[in-house]
Amino acid sequence: MWGRSASFLLDKRLRDQHPSLSSPSSSSPDSTMDPNPNPNHGVSAYYQTRAEHHAIVSSDWLAQAQAAVDREGDTALMEGPHASAAVSLSASKPFSVIDEFNYWRKKPDLAEAVAAIMALAAVIRSCEATTMMELEIELKKASDMLKSWDTTSISLSAGCDLFMRYVTRTSAVEYEDFHAAKLRLIERGEKFGEISMKARRTIAMLGQDFVFDGCTILVHGFSRVVLEVLKLAASNRKLFRIFCTEGRPDKTGLRLSKELAALGVPVKLLIDSAVAYAMDEVDMVFVGADGVVESGGIINMMGTYQTALVAHSMNKPVYVAAESYKFARLYPLDQKDLEPALHPIDFGVPIPSGVEVETSARDYTPPQYLTLLFTDLGVLTPSVVSDELIQLYL
Amino acid sequence: MDNRRPSRTVSDPKVRQVGFVTPGAAPPARYLSEVPTTAAASSPPSGEPAPPAISISPVMIPPPRHSPSPSAPLAVPNPARRESLQIQVGGYNPPEVLLGSPPLTSPSSRMDDTVSQFSEDPSMSPCDGRSGAAKVAPSFPGSSGEMMVMKAGTVGGGSNTPKSSWTTASVAKTRPGIQEKEREAFVGTQNDGAGASKTLKEKTTKAERRALQEAQRAAKAAAKESGAGVKLSAAPGGAVPANTKQGKVVKSPAQKKDGPQVANPSVSSEKKVVDRPPEKDRKKDIPPPRMQFDDIHRVEKAKRRALVYQFEAKNRVELFRHLPQYIHGTQFPDLETKFFQLDPMHPSVYKVGLQYLSGNISGGNARCIAMFLAFREAIRDYSTPPEKALVRDLTAKISSYVSFLIECRPLSISMGNAIRFLKNRIAKLPDTMPESEVKSSLQSDIDRFINEKIVIADKVIIRHAVTKIRDGDVLLTYGSPCVVEMLLVYAHEVGKQFRVVIVDSRPKLEGQALLHRLVAKGISCTYTHVNAISYIMHEVTRVFLGAASVLSNGTVYSRVGTACVAMVANAFQVPVLICCEAYKFHERVQLDSICSNELGDPDVISKVPGRKDLNHLDNWADTENLQLLNLTYDATPSDFVSMIITDYGMLPPSSVPVIVREYRRENLWI
Repeated sequence: MWGRSASFLLDKRLRDQHPSLSSPSSSSPDSTMDPNPNPNHGVSAYYQTRAEHHAIVSSDWLAQAQAAVDREGDTALMEGPHASAAVSLSASKPFSVIDEFNYWRKKPDLAEAVAAIMALAAVIRSCEATTMMELEIELKKASDMLKSWDTTSISLSAGCDLFMRYVTRTSAVEYEDFHAAKLRLIERGEKFGEISMKARRTIAMLGQDFVFDGCTILVHGFSRVVLEVLKLAASNRKLFRIFCTEGRPDKTGLRLSKELAALGVPVKLLIDSAVAYAMDEVDMVFVGADGVVESGGIINMMGTYQTALVAHSMNKPVYVAAESYKFARLYPLDQKDLEPALHPIDFGVPIPSGVEVETSARDYTPPQYLTLLFTDLGVLTPSVVSDELIQLYL
Repeated sequence: MDNRRPSRTVSDPKVRQVGFVTPGAAPPARYLSEVPTTAAASSPPSGEPAPPAISISPVMIPPPRHSPSPSAPLAVPNPARRESLQIQVGGYNPPEVLLGSPPLTSPSSRMDDTVSQFSEDPSMSPCDGRSGAAKVAPSFPGSSGEMMVMKAGTVGGGSNTPKSSWTTASVAKTRPGIQEKEREAFVGTQNDGAGASKTLKEKTTKAERRALQEAQRAAKAAAKESGAGVKLSAAPGGAVPANTKQGKVVKSPAQKKDGPQVANPSVSSEKKVVDRPPEKDRKKDIPPPRMQFDDIHRVEKAKRRALVYQFEAKNRVELFRHLPQYIHGTQFPDLETKFFQLDPMHPSVYKVGLQYLSGNISGGNARCIAMFLAFREAIRDYSTPPEKALVRDLTAKISSYVSFLIECRPLSISMGNAIRFLKNRIAKLPDTMPESEVKSSLQSDIDRFINEKIVIADKVIIRHAVTKIRDGDVLLTYGSPCVVEMLLVYAHEVGKQFRVVIVDSRPKLEGQALLHRLVAKGISCTYTHVNAISYIMHEVTRVFLGAASVLSNGTVYSRVGTACVAMVANAFQVPVLICCEAYKFHERVQLDSICSNELGDPDVISKVPGRKDLNHLDNWADTENLQLLNLTYDATPSDFVSMIITDYGMLPPSSVPVIVREYRRENLWI
């Protein structure tokens, strides 16, 4: 409805009847959906985590960055609950998935989905169920809780679903002994976690082949997988240079450029709006992904879509590096067809009253603008994603 | 089913042999290239006398193995003549050969699988066993030959790449018949081959043709005198008379060859299966299952056989001559009078046939359900005649029903899939099962299919689709797809706020009924004709469409006009969602809406209801240079489809082959 010129009076009447329709961004979806809401409202927990990770790894650098000041505050604020969570965990109070999850989540190199997987594996371990059914129900409850903890994180829910799938699909019936079955489940869960942790390295191996000497790579957003790919390529003595977008509003590009510069890779920083300007020098575009959806498209940090569009129109390949636990059974039809993940934007100056701000933190890039996906399942074309998903879930 | 795999490898040779069979015309370069390999591969096993080779064109650049064995497996006399023709061809096409052949092989082999289910439509017909054959026969080779003649005249090689590609497609499609376990299909194919060569020859000259046939016959007979009698008996049901009737010289020898093989397997179905592969090679030579209605001879034959009196359609549109011409309206009264004379036809099937004919039942699901319910009744009333095996006799019965239904209206793809399912169930029945149990199990199978694959599937689709409707949406639909109607009603019931635009088109105006029903439910609607699509599209946020079938390249085969709507929607960046049950998926690949389609009544587009003064087309049939075309389906390329909603979830069009691959088996066996 938005953005379409309504020639129909009917249309207008409809909108009058439902004023909320005309300002979709004003209503916070989080508040309606969240049974156990996370502390900060209006901010996607997913992006909080990211910010946190950044802060932990490069707080020294971020401290220097003017723009990151309030982020720092944010992080400090977040530190509190987590610390207490860790304490509560060690005090072996009643087990909580969320706490466990947060504990894992704090590890800087651990992706959110892997943290979820670890947390769920811990659920199995600490579970006191005596039958398979009970265990499954408990696991389901835990994963639902995790998912509802942050409805905006695609990889979190995808990771939970995958784990459930992977773990429960085992023919547990074969083991008459419940304990044997449980052990097997734990084993599977841990194995899955291991696989997921190794995923990044696999992807780096696959992806670095695409980096050739003398190429220029445009990177949008900060992705640990992309960084891994570039690191490996650099350590293989490939000579290439990187264009980093600034990555407003959380300035993820600055962080990436710092890491790359430390590796000795020539880096140039662009503002986000200079993508088209720089594109003709670029040989390929690398992006990460928050989630890979059924159509083969990706959901990623705001600006990925426009980068991919520009690259597509200039016939530059767009490569996506994403672990397979980010594959989600979602199928957005357009940008608005997503659970919005909100992220406040600091413009540096007060916003004039009566002006609305688009705070959505991510966008959806349709598959036709992507060239290849580097995943731990191999290098895939976008259309294979659905194939994999069907095989996983059906 | 199991044997299908092995057969697959064989399939390629068959295609090649097709080429061989129609040597005179020396059609597509592809054939040439293929023939050699086939010969090499298939000749030894077939054990044919391998009469001196009709050397397949020396010119062609053959696959490596071929070159040494120019001797073709088939005993075709007249090498000299052939050679000359082929040489010509070869000269023309060498490059094409290179280009053309590789693609051909891969699709063809792939298609094989498809074939079986596909065969349902075209080759299903074998009502008396042979009818199917006859129908099928004309399809491929004949038409291609004809084309050739028209185009190239003496130069056989004139056929060009485009044509070849076209033929390939048809082969792939038609071929399925082969796969069918049914012997009929087999026979039919054989006939085909013969027919094809025949037609080609006819085009050349009578004398020549005659000579060639004679020669072929002689050679074949000599080679394989043994089987004739056996073979005939082997043919199921009425096949025997049919074959004899056809009485084409060429044909009978060909049949003879197969005779012995067929006969043996017939003893037990398992055995048959085992024996199959070798036969298959042979069969594969045979062309396509699909009836090409521009083949005069085939059509003649079909007419003689037909239950329904067929009128000659006038002023056929050139590009669509190969499709069955619309004649339904005229035969309706005729059929009605025959109601009590049609002994073999079960009344419920007859009724459904008439309903198809009159258009009272339309829409993929409705037709499929009606057909299955009729079959269910027929099975209930069925009793095995003495001296016959239930499995075989019932299959033949069903086939005859199907061919009757085809005469009333060509089968839809979904019906083909459903029939395939039923036949599979019948074929899998254990021999020992008592008749009453068989009948009840088949009836429950039918119920289950209807329930699981249609009713419940629709519910699942609706649950999925409703998540894509947001408050404030403007949804557009075209025609009257039943799933979409259920979806809209459901979405309204769960309280979504949306508006519907119903786009309709002449001549069926099915949208009006939909409009009526939706408005009665209190949904706010807009009704317009497809002419206004580009005006209305800019306010639409979602397009929901139904489909008659989704093909494995993601092409949506649906009511004519759908492609137009989808393209306009795409141009306006409006997502197009196709709602389609998975049982309608088909492995076939189709690139246009020409090679397979259904023709409707041309009269309805010549008249404007309520405007007596617009009578310019009143006597259009008398004007020779005027042709009216009323197509029923069109093909929407997958580029214009954002999503396909099916019982397996929401998928991109590129995943259709995945579903087909992963669930075909399941669909067949349930």
